Amino acid sequence: MDIRLTINGAERRFPPPITVRGLVGEMGIEGRRIAIERNGEIVPRSRYDETTLADGDRLEVVVAVGGG
Amino acid sequence: MDDPLVIAGKSYASRLLVGTGKYRDFGETREAIEASGAQIVTVAIRRVNIGQDADQPNLLDVLPPSRFTILPNTAGCYTAEDAVRTLRLARELLDGHALVKLEVLGDAHTLFPNMPETLAAAKTLVAEGFQVMVYCSDDPIMASMLEDIGCVAVMPLASLIGSGMGILNPWNLQIIRDRAKIPVLVDAGIGTASDAAVAMELGCDAVLMNTAIAAARDPVRMARAMKLAVEGGREAWLAGRMPKKPYRAQPSSPSEGLIGKTS
Repeated sequence: MDIRLTINGAERRFPPPITVRGLVGEMGIEGRRIAIERNGEIVPRSRYDETTLADGDRLEVVVAVGGG
Repeated sequence: MDDPLVIAGKSYASRLLVGTGKYRDFGETREAIEASGAQIVTVAIRRVNIGQDADQPNLLDVLPPSRFTILPNTAGCYTAEDAVRTLRLARELLDGHALVKLEVLGDAHTLFPNMPETLAAAKTLVAEGFQVMVYCSDDPIMASMLEDIGCVAVMPLASLIGSGMGILNPWNLQIIRDRAKIPVLVDAGIGTASDAAVAMELGCDAVLMNTAIAAARDPVRMARAMKLAVEGGREAWLAGRMPKKPYRAQPSSPSEGLIGKTS
């Protein structure tokens, strides 16, 4: 059964298992300068491969944009 | 470097800090920032658009962190918690970079800072090793509290963010400047070059602005104007202005040797 992830406020379903690295690939943002928070905690870039996502995880995926 | 701006132990030649919002495109952003001479540029942290083309240009490609000191902000945050989370993400995004701009807003209409939340966020961030430059009200007591917490710079507003109303209370800014041992930057409210010059003539260490440049008819030209104004204002501050003498005129030319006089 698919797991449900809330990514940037929107729910999405993925077949398990899926790592943070896999999710970044699914989102089409591989190689971009991003940062990810999972359930309120930062996921360091060095841990994308080993961090497996679980049903109900809440993720924030951010970039830098123009601002003052 | 003659007369550098020193923030958290690092020296900068430019005393103008600029935002990167509201430009027509990245080309104009880059051109305006080059013209401003700014070395520290602010950026916002926002959710990535899911399904966004990976080949789309990225702000940090236009303004590489190798060339500019990137100052991530917490614009749009209304609680200490959201501001802290945003800056933790920013630190990860920028490979451990510690210098940040904290702003916790009070309401959407005025964008005035919520100072109790700002103080709480500053405490947490300083404890976590961030170097916090903080947007604050032009209240000398708040500024001292932020300095005591360990912020590396206080940034009182001149007037409302994006209002272009200039410096509404120079006396408060002067009190803050006279008391603070850390850099004081005027952040928010600058409308034109003379506002920036006045901020520097008050003895402020630097000026941070975005809309005054980005919303000018010719942003690149205004960026250059702001660079010159900040430099001019700083030079005037260092030179020490003449005292104001409101009751008595004094001629600049000699009073002796005038023609047509008989002794």
